[in-house]
Amino acid sequence: MAKEMFTGAQIFLKSLEAEGVDEIFGYPGGVILNIYEALYNQDKIKHYLVRHEQAAIHAAEGYARVSGRPGVALVTSGPGACNTVTGIANAYYDGYPLVVFTGQVSTEQIGNDAFQEADIVGITRSCCKHNYLVKDVKDLARIIKEAFYIATTGKPGPVVIDMPKDVLTAKAAFEYPKEVKLVGYNPTYKGHPLQISKALKLLREAQRPVIISGGGVLQAGAHQELTKLAQLLEMPVAHTLMGKGTYPESSLQSLGMLGMHGNYWANFAVVHADVIFAVGTRFNDRITGCLKRFARDSQVIHVDIDPCSISKNVKVDIPIVGDAKNVLSAMIKELSSKPFTIDHEAKEKWLKQIDEWKQKRAIPECPSDKLSAVKVIETIYEYTKAFKPIVCTEVGQHQMWCAQMFKFDEPRRFITSGGLGTMGFGFPAAMGAAVADKNALVLNIAGDGSIQMNIQELATCMDYGLKVINCVINNGYLGMVRQWQEKLFNKHYSETKISAPDFVKLAQAYGAKGIRVEKEEDIIPALKEAMESNCSVFIDFVVENFEMVYPWVLAGQPLNKVLLSNDQKVC
Amino acid sequence: MSTLHTISILVTNEAGVLSRVVDLFSGRGYNIESLTVAPTIDRNYSKITITTVATQEAIEQICKQLHRLIPVLKVSDLSVNEAIEREIVMIKIQPKDEDADKILRIAEVTGAKVIDITDKTYTLQIVDDEKQIQALIELIKPYGYKDFVRSGKVALSRS
Ligand SMILES: Cc1ncc(C[n+]2csc(CCOP(=O)(O)OP(=O)(O)O)c2C)c(N)n1
Ligand SMILES: [Mg+2]
Repeated sequence: MAKEMFTGAQIFLKSLEAEGVDEIFGYPGGVILNIYEALYNQDKIKHYLVRHEQAAIHAAEGYARVSGRPGVALVTSGPGACNTVTGIANAYYDGYPLVVFTGQVSTEQIGNDAFQEADIVGITRSCCKHNYLVKDVKDLARIIKEAFYIATTGKPGPVVIDMPKDVLTAKAAFEYPKEVKLVGYNPTYKGHPLQISKALKLLREAQRPVIISGGGVLQAGAHQELTKLAQLLEMPVAHTLMGKGTYPESSLQSLGMLGMHGNYWANFAVVHADVIFAVGTRFNDRITGCLKRFARDSQVIHVDIDPCSISKNVKVDIPIVGDAKNVLSAMIKELSSKPFTIDHEAKEKWLKQIDEWKQKRAIPECPSDKLSAVKVIETIYEYTKAFKPIVCTEVGQHQMWCAQMFKFDEPRRFITSGGLGTMGFGFPAAMGAAVADKNALVLNIAGDGSIQMNIQELATCMDYGLKVINCVINNGYLGMVRQWQEKLFNKHYSETKISAPDFVKLAQAYGAKGIRVEKEEDIIPALKEAMESNCSVFIDFVVENFEMVYPWVLAGQPLNKVLLSNDQKVC
Repeated sequence: MSTLHTISILVTNEAGVLSRVVDLFSGRGYNIESLTVAPTIDRNYSKITITTVATQEAIEQICKQLHRLIPVLKVSDLSVNEAIEREIVMIKIQPKDEDADKILRIAEVTGAKVIDITDKTYTLQIVDDEKQIQALIELIKPYGYKDFVRSGKVALSRS
């Protein structure tokens, strides 16, 4: 009997179905019309039509971050594909799984500068985990299977599949592969037992240990193991920006965030530790400060699934390549297998020392009687925490204040662009989060600059009844850049004063709700009103222009050179 | 300290793999000194040999990054242990009549072969390691040469 034949477009959809994908973000165009035709004739996969392809990718990433499943996006060739690049790079640096499908001109036209041709495989090569150009419809199902596998295993990341028009119309039999065979790709999951034993010995003997918990802990779903190990060995835990929620911030042993705008005491603990136990972090310069001065007097144990992260920036004494959950479970198992001793007294002394450092805090100061951004964000946190919101941010001062003020006891609740620091990420990511968790309260804490980079997605939210509460911290400036100019460029605010539309009217123009807040006593009523609204909201918080983010370790300075206020030189 | 490294990379033999590999070097601002690539006996795979000047730390990082590429199966830095290295060089010479004999003698002592003769030119070929190739080049230089090409190194570890 002849096998049933399907077009590439149909195979595309059947493969997504086989992967359990039921929601995708996309934007149509000439070369992928056949896919849109196939979408039209089915109801298993829901397509969200965005307003800009960059937003489709960020939305897919927001979706992936909340659901733990790969985000999927579909765009056309040329301009559509090129618009995805920032989104793909963003997911690559923060390590979230995406499968991005781009249309391509017909195979015989490739390389001829055809209309809307772009070499997206070449363009994205250095900013995705892997990419494919499908040259034969017979390869399509296998490539999709491989792409999902690569995107979600090892250190997760985005994979791009470029599909020429003729591949989508050509026919082939469909059989979705059961397994993938990739001889060159075998991520290491299990940590080396010898390294694990060595690490445990060091950790047991440590007098002043500290854990640095990064995004890899979240990715591996290892937050419980991390918490357990920290308790067993009485180790305090600092987290990176991406590691927020990997260790309960309400716990006494939590030091909160470390790094450039991290807590004074978290940075001091890392500087004075005798053993640093880093899990699932790349040691980005935002958390190490001056590299030469980082961990000068401490031993470093580093667990990461990506061998490239190890000893790249920080020289590591005990490297352990492996999945965080796997490695931490193995450590707990070994510890529990026989009685062990640790120096409780030393640990107590260490925690007491940290407690003393905790007295040193940045004192928020609002230079005028205008509303303080810090106050606004603090109030948003206090008011919404009972509702367990998903909190997205854009990039800038407001992002750092959120990272400092919002406390999470669980992962996948704080969504922010770390590695690439992409302004315009927050709103579409929040939209994707709202798709992934339809009952969650989704906030996007935004800057007045950043929100204008993907503000068009309000239309998408309105179309699909997605509710995002955008809290615009409107300081009239590209605040974070202005902050650097204030400190390092003699207050020459070159091109950082930025205007914005009337966000209230703008929201209304989209059919959404707009609220303006200029006084402290209006913050909570506005939040209440926003939460009661049945559609997306913009709250325009008109705040002081010149507030600064503290603590602040200037770029290139060691971690313990923390500035706590405007007039302080270096402490 | 930067030194010359020979890196051997086993990859799947498919379109685009070479550019992925080369991108890693150019993306970090490293110049590739030489590059060879050809299928292995099993034509599903290719062997790429790259020589580059870099510090030990940089090379380690590059090797890890290379390993991260999906179509890369194996990466070895052949400078770490002893390796056998060979390269082909062809030199086209147009000697003055009185020098012709000397050229032939140089070829003989350096182990180069005369692989082509026209009425005006000789083409020598040498297959050898860096030291011998340099020796030949130094000997030929005074007589001038018309054209010159080298294949780039191929290498195997001894063990
Ligand atoms: C796409 C992009 N362009 C430029 C930057 C550089 N940048 C970092 S923070 C920032 C200012 C952000 O301003 P705003 O959104 O108003 O936030 P604020 O700092 O005022 O809270 C800029 C321009 C960036 N991170 N991303
Ligand atoms: Mg601003």
